[in-house]
Amino acid sequence: MPPITLDSLSIGDTLPPLTVKPISRTTLALYAGASGDHNPIHLDIDFAKRFGLDDVIAHGMLIMAYAGRMLTDWVPQSALQRFGVRFSAMTAVHDEITCTGTVTAKHEDGTVHVDLQAADQRGDIKLAGEAVLRLAA
Amino acid sequence: MIDKSLIGTEMPSHSTTVEANRLRFFAKATGQTDPVYVDESAAQAAGYRGLPMPPTMAFCFDMDVPNPFEILDVLDVELGRLLHGEQHFDYLGDVCAGDTLTYRTRISDIYDKRNGALEFIVTDTDVDNQDGDCVVKMHRVYVIRN
Repeated sequence: MPPITLDSLSIGDTLPPLTVKPISRTTLALYAGASGDHNPIHLDIDFAKRFGLDDVIAHGMLIMAYAGRMLTDWVPQSALQRFGVRFSAMTAVHDEITCTGTVTAKHEDGTVHVDLQAADQRGDIKLAGEAVLRLAA
Repeated sequence: MIDKSLIGTEMPSHSTTVEANRLRFFAKATGQTDPVYVDESAAQAAGYRGLPMPPTMAFCFDMDVPNPFEILDVLDVELGRLLHGEQHFDYLGDVCAGDTLTYRTRISDIYDKRNGALEFIVTDTDVDNQDGDCVVKMHRVYVIRN
């Protein structure tokens, strides 16, 4: 696939979506270890219940990492200037996350704006945000 | 309610080294199969000094302290009530395996909604590399369910 350039993009273009396999308890355990985020709300159902949840929930930053994978599958990470999201819903065990993105703006200085989101198998949006990339013409 | 006079508090700074095996573990945990993130030679062929730190991982290395939730002790908030509301990164320079990152975090704002049913903690973090260059800025919003 040829590299993505500023000239090759149009507003409204969509990024190749990324769907990841359903989140398991093992996923959360591995992510806790790798990320250093050992908050028991992601690991310990007893702790989660004590704070009013039915079960553990996924790390929001795991879902953001998937969105980051979608971006770096599309353009080299070195193109990434900004990446920000707002988390809008909790992600449950067994949820299947799909990340999507759309080009919303491009500027003469080489920057490209992408709106992105991650949603589960029901279409419930877990996070939405924006990335800014800098690309060669 | 969280004591709003704590707005402006600077958290203790800390430093950590970006280790290649930690990056490989993160790749495994996030289902990342792109060789650039696990294989030094692939990373160098792609123009990186070494394995690149993935886009969200600046957040993770900030957890490499004895108590990563120390800010909650400062603010007298229970960990089980914490949700992540927003996360933003500005990338000012590249970060690769072998680099040392120094974190400086400031509590930028504290506010509430719905008569205190939800409280918000806003922090801003500068992440500097071993040369003293700011390579990442992080802006985060935590939500507290009361």
